[in-house]
Amino acid sequence: MHMIENGNVAAAIGVKLAGAQVIAAYPITPQTPLTEKLSEFIEAGEMKAQHIPVESEHSALAACIAASSTGARAFTATSANGLLYMHEQVHWAAGARLPIVMCVVNRAVGAPWNIWNDHQDSISQRDTGWIQMYCCDHQQIIDSVLKAFAIAEAVSIPVMVCYDGYLLSHTYMPFEVPEEQQVARFLKPFRPAYALDPENPANLNTVTLPDTRVDINGDMAHGYMEIRYLLQEDLRATLAVAQQTEDSFKQIFGRGGDALLEPYRCDDAEYIVVGLGSLTYQLHDVVETLRSEGHKIGVMGIRLYRPFPAEALVQAVRQARGVFVIEKAVSYGYEGALFSDVKAALFESAQSGDPVPFVKGMVAGIGGREIRTADLTDTLRAAVTGSPRDAGDDPGWIGLRL
Amino acid sequence: MGTRGYRYKTSHSLSGPGDGGKTGSWRVQRPIIDLERCTPARRGSEACFICWLYCPDNVISRTIPPTIDYEYCKGCGICAEECPTKAITMVDEADVVANDEDPAACSTEGPRPCT
Repeated sequence: MHMIENGNVAAAIGVKLAGAQVIAAYPITPQTPLTEKLSEFIEAGEMKAQHIPVESEHSALAACIAASSTGARAFTATSANGLLYMHEQVHWAAGARLPIVMCVVNRAVGAPWNIWNDHQDSISQRDTGWIQMYCCDHQQIIDSVLKAFAIAEAVSIPVMVCYDGYLLSHTYMPFEVPEEQQVARFLKPFRPAYALDPENPANLNTVTLPDTRVDINGDMAHGYMEIRYLLQEDLRATLAVAQQTEDSFKQIFGRGGDALLEPYRCDDAEYIVVGLGSLTYQLHDVVETLRSEGHKIGVMGIRLYRPFPAEALVQAVRQARGVFVIEKAVSYGYEGALFSDVKAALFESAQSGDPVPFVKGMVAGIGGREIRTADLTDTLRAAVTGSPRDAGDDPGWIGLRL
Repeated sequence: MGTRGYRYKTSHSLSGPGDGGKTGSWRVQRPIIDLERCTPARRGSEACFICWLYCPDNVISRTIPPTIDYEYCKGCGICAEECPTKAITMVDEADVVANDEDPAACSTEGPRPCT
């Protein structure tokens, strides 16, 4: 079925189709319409799930952690300061290996208070052990929600489905709604790795000592360090699981193909722009303009940010002369986190003597500062021609007016 | 022996001795029961057991006399605080280790018998 709706509704329909059984969320702009729509679905009897109204985002994720521990398919959503208010539970959900799915509708973080889009909220959570997917349009939002449950349950690791506040959450776009029968073929019923059982009570994630220990059955049980190593090991293995999930999705729905990267005109590109989310689709227009001027440039969207697809990215950009990373977040005191990640990925090749492209980092759209296509075009034209450009105080911050 | 083959990838424990680890090593002070003052010990019958009731780690037995499992007793001192006859005193663990042969320090019948 074809539909024209906003991105939050696309996400909500995805969650309904996925058969989420417990929804716990607290309203925060621009996420609110997503969970409002879910509560409407439940109230109307279209969705069989428990909707738990909570007093905070911390409680929202805590409720999902409890629900997921009993073997229920749990979903929440948030933005910006709401995500940060959950932060302690964000770590907890990953350490407890619970396959919760959370939509993060990307919004700038206060202070100062700001409700517009950038990526500082979800990027700041990159070290929590969650999988992070970034969406570029409404089709990717609804499809990613379904894939997120499949991946989360396959690897027992929670997934954030990130999409741009307002730019995607509140704009209307056409998208295909997956058929229920096809979803049933794609997403099998949730069979938790472990679920709480009143007949067999257990303590989960209580104080776990630095050392391994013999449990009451005489088996050698993990210490904290083993549990954390397994999380890291399974996150790295998720790169392959995400691709298998993508293949299975494409077989059933005919869409998608690459779970990690989304290249646009990169095959012969001398310069490649790397980014996350809807910005990479906006860059398609920039690429067309610059190509019409004779500049061989392409865009590489990163669909899966954590685990970071370092090897795939290196393979995809190593032939280029230069890579420009444009991102909507900063690791304050250093540089853009994605910029650091891209350079680190290429460093191993550089160390072994292989030629690697130069990498330049740029920041754009902080706190919803409009990213004008003309500005992107001018900036990238200047970058690929090496020509000077009046770009304000810091040419690395596109659109800055100091 | 590694834990690669362990059946969970998380921290998972069951109710039973030791599934939280050997927490007795956390103890700074050790509770010692004076059987001359302990009500069930004196009467030789089931009585009181306030220490057993209050122990948050369930390491005091409901026996005559009550015994303390020092493998897991964290030395919180609640038993000594609650004992109505002041039969339990908290002794510095360092002193107990230094005077390991001291019979006063070995008057209980825990699972780690004194030598």
